[in-house]
Amino acid sequence: MTVQPKIDLSPKVSDEVRRTTCYMCACRCGINVHMTSGKVSYIEGNRDHPINKGVLCAKGASGIMQVTAPSRLRAPLRRVGPRGSGAFEEISWDEALELAVSWMKPLRETAPEKLAFFTGRDQSQSLTGWWAQAFGTPNYAAHGGFCSVNMAAGGIYTIGGAFWEFGQPDWERTKMFVLFGVAEDHDSNPIKIGLGKLKARGAKVVGVNPIRTGYNAVADDWYGITPGTDGLLILSLIHCLLQAGKVDLEYLAQFTNSAFLVIEEGPQKGLILKNAESQPFVIDRRTGQPAAWDGKGVQPDLGATFQGNRTVFQHLAERYLADDYAPEAVAVRCGIPAARIRGLAAQLADVAFNQAIEIDQPWTDFRGNAHSKMTGRPVSFHAMRGISAHANGFQTARALHLLQIVLGSVEVPGGYRLKPPYPKPVEAHPTPHFVSAPGKALSGPHLGYVRGPEHLALLPDGSPARIDKAFTWENPLSAHGLMHMLIPNAHAGDPYKIDTLFLYMANMAWNSSMNSASVMEMLTDKTEDGDYVIPRIIYSDAYASEMVAYADLILPDTTYLERHDCISLLDRPISEPDAAGDSIRWPVVEPDRDVRPFQTVLLDLGARLGLAPMVNADGSPKFKDYADYIVNHIRRPGVGPLIGFRGDGSDEGRGDANPEQMQRYIENGGFYQAHIPTEARFYKPWNAAYQDWAVATSIYETPQPYLFTLWSEPLRRFQMAGEGLGAYAAPEHLRERLKVTMDPLPVWYEPEAEPEYPLHALTQRPMDMYHSWGSQNAWLRQIRGKNFLYLPTKVWQAQGFQDGDYARVTSRNGAIVVPVAHMAALNENTIWTWNAIGKRKGAWALDEGASEATEGFLLNHLISELLPDKGDGRRRSNSDPVTGQAAWFDLRVKVERVGPRAASEPVFGALPRVVPKGEERA
Amino acid sequence: MTTLPATTPKKLGLAIDLDTCVGCQACVTACKGWNDQGAGLSDQDPYGADPSGTFLNRVHSYSVQPIEGASQIVNFPRSCLHCDDAPCVTVCPTGASYKRAEDGIVLVNADDCMGCGLCAWACPYGARELDADQGVMKKCTLCVDRIYNENLPEEDREPACVRGCPTGARHFGDFADPESKVSKLSAERGGFALMPDLGTRPVNRYLPPRKKDMRLEASVLAPLLDIKATGFAGWLDRVLGKI
Repeated sequence: MTVQPKIDLSPKVSDEVRRTTCYMCACRCGINVHMTSGKVSYIEGNRDHPINKGVLCAKGASGIMQVTAPSRLRAPLRRVGPRGSGAFEEISWDEALELAVSWMKPLRETAPEKLAFFTGRDQSQSLTGWWAQAFGTPNYAAHGGFCSVNMAAGGIYTIGGAFWEFGQPDWERTKMFVLFGVAEDHDSNPIKIGLGKLKARGAKVVGVNPIRTGYNAVADDWYGITPGTDGLLILSLIHCLLQAGKVDLEYLAQFTNSAFLVIEEGPQKGLILKNAESQPFVIDRRTGQPAAWDGKGVQPDLGATFQGNRTVFQHLAERYLADDYAPEAVAVRCGIPAARIRGLAAQLADVAFNQAIEIDQPWTDFRGNAHSKMTGRPVSFHAMRGISAHANGFQTARALHLLQIVLGSVEVPGGYRLKPPYPKPVEAHPTPHFVSAPGKALSGPHLGYVRGPEHLALLPDGSPARIDKAFTWENPLSAHGLMHMLIPNAHAGDPYKIDTLFLYMANMAWNSSMNSASVMEMLTDKTEDGDYVIPRIIYSDAYASEMVAYADLILPDTTYLERHDCISLLDRPISEPDAAGDSIRWPVVEPDRDVRPFQTVLLDLGARLGLAPMVNADGSPKFKDYADYIVNHIRRPGVGPLIGFRGDGSDEGRGDANPEQMQRYIENGGFYQAHIPTEARFYKPWNAAYQDWAVATSIYETPQPYLFTLWSEPLRRFQMAGEGLGAYAAPEHLRERLKVTMDPLPVWYEPEAEPEYPLHALTQRPMDMYHSWGSQNAWLRQIRGKNFLYLPTKVWQAQGFQDGDYARVTSRNGAIVVPVAHMAALNENTIWTWNAIGKRKGAWALDEGASEATEGFLLNHLISELLPDKGDGRRRSNSDPVTGQAAWFDLRVKVERVGPRAASEPVFGALPRVVPKGEERA
Repeated sequence: MTTLPATTPKKLGLAIDLDTCVGCQACVTACKGWNDQGAGLSDQDPYGADPSGTFLNRVHSYSVQPIEGASQIVNFPRSCLHCDDAPCVTVCPTGASYKRAEDGIVLVNADDCMGCGLCAWACPYGARELDADQGVMKKCTLCVDRIYNENLPEEDREPACVRGCPTGARHFGDFADPESKVSKLSAERGGFALMPDLGTRPVNRYLPPRKKDMRLEASVLAPLLDIKATGFAGWLDRVLGKI
């Protein structure tokens, strides 16, 4: 045999490992960045990190290609030709910042609302919101309105916490896991790790999704539901469980408002009956008499009637037992046979009640009742954008929480577990603040949770205070704002005109807008006087995205390996069910160009504008940079952006600023965890030990025990306004809608019907791409450089499609012509594609012939940001009427075969390049 | 023509769980990232119209239509199977391709490879890729520069694709040892060799997808009683009587 060559089995790996936090998506995994000769040589997951425990996704492992991407911007740019012409000149940072100040300062002094500051996929909203508050504009939000506010709001108004990354199934104990409409790119490593655990021990995984890719591909059972009908399916499951008596009555009585009494008649009809102290109360089964809802030993009676007022439980049972929710009544609409619905309900009941688990862990509830064990119902759920990006998504999210609750599986062993700062009741959240005045800061945070019409962001004349019309009668609970309406409303001057649009990391001229082609026109549209309708646009991004061409001033950002960041408990932390956690990024390499971290730039701008919290008494800047802010900013006494290593370095949660804090985080791998005591790890909303720990750790200022909200008074107050009851009168044209959509119990209603468009059209994001970023990555674009429109067998066969064909896809908003492929594992009335693969020619430093720019396409062109005109001249946004969540997934289309083509339509002219086309890989 | 060892004391390889793989591509870029160091894995026209590059591991998704029930998708990671009868080795005219006598890993000695491509032609699994810049054949090394690497912590001495796999669908070990984790997993889960009829005797094993979309019984949900007969009040009494 051949002599084997000698090979080095122990080559040196690198000179040094620097541990920081990934930013190839919103997961916030810990990474080990290997450095060789001063350069990044390899990136792998950090085994010690709570989020990813060493693993890393396809994006994270390709981060090295992101830092060297040719699409990176190089210096500040000022527009010198017409908008969209790509004519820019490089300017110095001083020039750039002074120009921005010269635009912003007069606005602050005269009409702060004329600055609209919206951020995209950043993770520094506690900073950006604080900045906007100091500036005094009411027009601030991040991207949650077009992302998944329904998930957040539906959860917070029901269980005081949400799906997404804000909780997770008890992966160690759950025996049956059901995923609804999960986007595969969000919270993705934690979900994948969890699925791996379930698979390793053979636990059951169920997927409810029109499309059977990714997580649904490995699901043991798949329910290929028709888009937008998840809520109906869920309420039918509840119907089955109620009918069979398979609901956790003890849990409902103790931990939810099921035993509260609903006022049956009169002007307060539908509100919760209160006692003389304005407190809700229950009827105690032991005495048959009213008792405090939080009284020790009280046994709330779910079946009580008091002075003619029945309990919430009776209302909900009566509603969902109705034949409307029988599997046979919903099967056709949901696209799932009745027997399978009953089968799923039976499995849920079997696992929850026949396979219950117990942990030998005593605990004490907030009423003072001692419990010797923790009982668990090992059924768990998770859901994401698939159920939320519909006009009925808020109520669907609520329905899913109701299902978890009747099974007794939230915050129990084996069920769904929240992560600090959740659980947190609506009452512990702020209400919206929106009153602006020249030269003044806003009195509180912009975004919040309204409890009733009195909290709407309306001016004295009843018109919207905000440019996006958040917190108005059109979408009262719009807790994340409506970023998708920002540019259309600013262009229409509805409700008013603005002057400067200030955007961060939001590709609004392409894949982050509905109706992208129209948005591009709005951005370049001029008045009769020749001025731009939207006078000024400032944009910050690290890359030459499609949006860059439409800005007047570009503030180039760094990449994630060149910056400080904090992933804070004040924002979206990296907590786990058993620990509060936060983390940082730090510059593991220095930028090789004239770019600055946006957050540092924002603080600089704030100081130049003289915003009070950003300047010292002598007017000098208070913070040197973002790192300085992260360490030294005090939000409330003893509370800053990071909870770890406070004070002398040993304080957790509360303590003075510690100048060594950043270094301590770096030494600790870039993160910190405050572990929850064992007796406090389940039943958190009701667990006295958790409540005390949460106060000590700065999550709350005082204990906040609460009951889950099955019957929602905030919703009912808006419904009453629709019925003409109460102090607040809703506009006439919205009353019918409020009556239907603001139901205090979860409800399903059909998004607007479009009978001429028989198919549902969806997008989803692959696990190997994040929004538009992947296409500039030399490795990731080789994995997915082209997208197809996937057609179900029924459509494929009916029109005789063949491989290589294109189809014309038409919606009420327009048509696109795109490449198609057959996919059998798909709901028969649904077509779909990968999101944001399509690119505009000239963007992202790609060749104009790149497949992303020729065959790649967006469905966005088919989606109108407005609902069809009803002839009354009113612009109505294509959003959930409860929250304003962009209803992307309500898209309806028809499809026609057009045969082979070489490129997708519409074709847009090439964007002028702001950076040279990429050639070789670094 | 290069000879193979008659047998190897260890048979290092991967057990890949197709019931668990979600097709996320993490192993693809974990592999690319690790193996791009040193000599590297080149990419051509990376930002151009037709980018292509060398990858030692790729993931494909296949549509499967069972005789009964809904269509399925199976995600299938593909890399060298480190065959006992590796045709890529025996076909090599220069001796560059070889199977390590000590652990069975199939490697290419770049110094001896002339890039003729015969091995890629001989491999029925498409597991070899010619690096267009370097003109030499590249393939999965089972991260031979990791698994024995004394500069790495012991827990990291496994292939990059295994270390990085988020679902834990990839397992590394010695198939010659019946007590190893991979041997046991393969035995428990019916691990199979890819295309065994070709006689290549792959070392790697794939664990098949579990049976899906079982028909369900609704008997657990036999209603407590007929609601229509007794009305809501009767139902409520009966349900609440259970507390």
